[in-house]
Amino acid sequence: MYRKPGVTGHCLVGPKLAGPQSSANSRPAGRQPCDTTEGDLALLRRAVFALAATVLAVSASPVRADTVGPNVGHFTLANGLVVVVVPDHRVPVVTHMIWYKVGSADEPPGKSGIAHFLEHLMFKGTAKNPAGRFSQWLATVGGQENAFTSTDYTAFYQRIAAEHLPTVMEFEADRMTGLVLTDDNVLPERDVVLEEWNMRVANSPGARLGEQMTSALYLNHPYHKPVIGWHDEIVKLNRDDALAFYRRFYTPNNAVVVVTGDVTADEVKALAERTYGAVKPRAEVGPRIRPEEPEPSSIRQVTLADPRVGQPSLERSYLAPCYRTAKPGEAEALDVLANILGGGSTSRLYRALVVQQGIATDASAYYSGTALDSTRFGITANPQPNVALPQLEAALDAVLSEVADKGVTAEELARAKTRMVADAVYAEDNQESLARWYGAALTTGSTVDQVLAWPDRIRAVSADAVRDAARKWLQKQRSVTGYLVKEWPKNESPNNSEKHS
Amino acid sequence: MTVGLVSLRRSLVLVATLFALVLSFATSAFASTAIERVVSPSGIEVWLVREPAVPLVALDFSFRGGANQDPADKPGVATMISALLDEGAGDLDANTYHERLENKAIELGFEADRDHFSGSVRTLVENTDEAAELLRLALTSPHFDTEAVERIRGQLLSNLRHEAESPSHIASQQWWATAFAGHPYGRPVNGTIESMSAITPDDLRAYTRRVFARDMLKVAIVGNIDAAKASEIVEKIFASLPAKSDLLPVASAQPQGLGRVITVNLDVPQSVVVIGGAGIPRKDPDFMAAFIVNHILGGGVFSSRLYHEVREARGLAYSVYSSLVPLSHAALFMGSTATRADRATQTLDVVEKEIRRLAETGPTEDELAKAKTFLEGSFALRFDTSTKIASQLVAMQLDDLGIDYIERRNTLVEAVTLADVQRVAKRLLDGGLLVTVVGRTPQGLASKNNGG
Repeated sequence: MYRKPGVTGHCLVGPKLAGPQSSANSRPAGRQPCDTTEGDLALLRRAVFALAATVLAVSASPVRADTVGPNVGHFTLANGLVVVVVPDHRVPVVTHMIWYKVGSADEPPGKSGIAHFLEHLMFKGTAKNPAGRFSQWLATVGGQENAFTSTDYTAFYQRIAAEHLPTVMEFEADRMTGLVLTDDNVLPERDVVLEEWNMRVANSPGARLGEQMTSALYLNHPYHKPVIGWHDEIVKLNRDDALAFYRRFYTPNNAVVVVTGDVTADEVKALAERTYGAVKPRAEVGPRIRPEEPEPSSIRQVTLADPRVGQPSLERSYLAPCYRTAKPGEAEALDVLANILGGGSTSRLYRALVVQQGIATDASAYYSGTALDSTRFGITANPQPNVALPQLEAALDAVLSEVADKGVTAEELARAKTRMVADAVYAEDNQESLARWYGAALTTGSTVDQVLAWPDRIRAVSADAVRDAARKWLQKQRSVTGYLVKEWPKNESPNNSEKHS
Repeated sequence: MTVGLVSLRRSLVLVATLFALVLSFATSAFASTAIERVVSPSGIEVWLVREPAVPLVALDFSFRGGANQDPADKPGVATMISALLDEGAGDLDANTYHERLENKAIELGFEADRDHFSGSVRTLVENTDEAAELLRLALTSPHFDTEAVERIRGQLLSNLRHEAESPSHIASQQWWATAFAGHPYGRPVNGTIESMSAITPDDLRAYTRRVFARDMLKVAIVGNIDAAKASEIVEKIFASLPAKSDLLPVASAQPQGLGRVITVNLDVPQSVVVIGGAGIPRKDPDFMAAFIVNHILGGGVFSSRLYHEVREARGLAYSVYSSLVPLSHAALFMGSTATRADRATQTLDVVEKEIRRLAETGPTEDELAKAKTFLEGSFALRFDTSTKIASQLVAMQLDDLGIDYIERRNTLVEAVTLADVQRVAKRLLDGGLLVTVVGRTPQGLASKNNGG
């Protein structure tokens, strides 16, 4: 299937990629527990704030007072569990998600991949509900389920007819602390994770370049590790590692439950108190303080060659503040900047590199603001045949310089804002997306109120703020540039260039 | 990269999903009572669901034809058109056209699959007229001018080079090329480097003249608009298209090469396996029973036999599944998995053993009962957004299921007996499989090839 620029590959500027389009539709494996895609941060960050715009649009529209947005409810149980409810009464269906505030960036040294491995193992049953019972019951009542892990969170979800919500909450509350693991169910699942690693990483030159770039971008912060883990560490993970991680982080005071769909906040509150409310906190997780990333000060260049690469590509990642760490207005300006630079066929990069110069087949940009710590602003471009990557890179840098020097036009700014706000209105059509957005926001340091206030903050972004964001954050010494190529450059051919097996 | 993998799976799953969705659209009160059949003055039929709760309008449409109408020597024409319709139309150049869309945040997309050329629009309700006008221009007066054709050709060639890196894409292409050698289904929907390089604007125009016609059109709208407005919109968009299409005949076909195992040697850590055989047509009285059989074998989420035996019990794969793929001119049963090279033979053995076991002994009473409650319980999940509903209403029309199908559907599920699924399991799964394996060639597979 062909996709227009800005909606392709890992460019996640467009909220079209939010929700089911990103997981369930694109792979039947989406039924299986795991989703560690690199793009999750960008996707979810975008989605979170798309939601916010949604809510505002709803409030402004008198005919829709009884629908998705205005009734967002949230409360905290006595055991510390946070609950968010977004009613949508169109269809008798609910989406239930539990988000734990733990991801790959919270793993102990040497245990990369344990957050994701534990996500898989959460399907192995409890003392009360032995292996398979929860999933079998869901299958019998026609439910859907899955789970995903990112750098900052691990989440589990079910989509079901509304009448089954109480049972789902009972099952999920039970496995918050009741997991039973044995070597018999842990070891085969580790093989499953290794096959997932084969599929996502080993078989994919682009994914391997992405890992190398991420590691080069983060010198000190644990974001430098792949979410799925390093292969040589995954193969050593065991039952004890999983249980230790589980006991430390899976506790009601470290979780957020989001329920969207045909239900009210009052109903969910009563159910939550009866189910999750009975789970005692078993750990004090404390503030999430990770080793900080030092101020970047060098231009980094990463090249990965693989004989299977048929289409080379150019990637650029800048270290940038996230919504939690940015000064007021800066993250919003970066969001608008990503849209203007690389959000579709009228974007600066597409117009310059693809249409006017004809040196690229595609070009796009994204900003991954939904993160707990310093995040990235990314650009990607695919060269036309016979265009060398350095030539494409120079042209890309010229586009960025022009924005930093001269800023953006009023028309570009208005169009970007219109799209960002309107796309958000579309987003409210999907209860699964809504649940993902609230979950991602609340596990990366945002509050419900901040989500609700987002549209006004986007509307307030000025052309000067966009230009200043480009000047301040798109400096090359803050970045890593990645080249994906078929052959190693002639004078750099390493002796060890054979592929590992 | 995983793009090829994704697209392989998408091609399998989209088709399967289509039917799941339609089958699942059962007793939803809002849907069963609210689908209106609206006919415009020039006779264009549109199925409308009024949805006042969200401020968007979703319009989906589909022409029968798709890639099976590509010229035999130029696969990829329909795909190329799907990428070019919004690159200049009427009196708007490409950039102006995109600005018009973006200024009102109108989302417009086209897609070609083996049997259909489809499109979808999402717009805020107040911009419905602008969206309709832009879609009308795209369908009735696309430019296909040189600049845009060459630019999009470059992008599509880039996609093809990228796909060629992917073992799962190679496995899928090899399967289709073998199973449907000499038939339109054997040609790659996205074309080849050679064909994509050779397509001319005249090829594109010839295709749209033959395929974009009202007799092949199905349309659905979901949103806060009434029947009169729906009629006005479809009249505006589609009325000036020709009344009659001029499709190339496509023969009914059976998959060829059943019993063969084809290996493609590729130096990657993980081997990809694609299996497929004859399926059951959508209109066959056994289709519902076959759907249930596939659900039990490899369609079910964390519950299918393949999931349990291949993944959970043995840790052989992350992904393993099977689907029914009922195309317009062939009915297929397909599946796929991926595993490290030294376990490919074992994995394929497990898959084949499970298929044989289900063919021979059929599902159990318990499996049948659970599959039925799954089908009944999951109905609304497929219809909880306006966008999904629009897409499903088009699918129901393409499958000629009738506007009352939703009300009849649970009765059809209930009517399936244990004897039915046991008989149909044999019919569906006993016909032999064509298998393609892409990776480091494992021991034991090559010899099967000779014996096949």
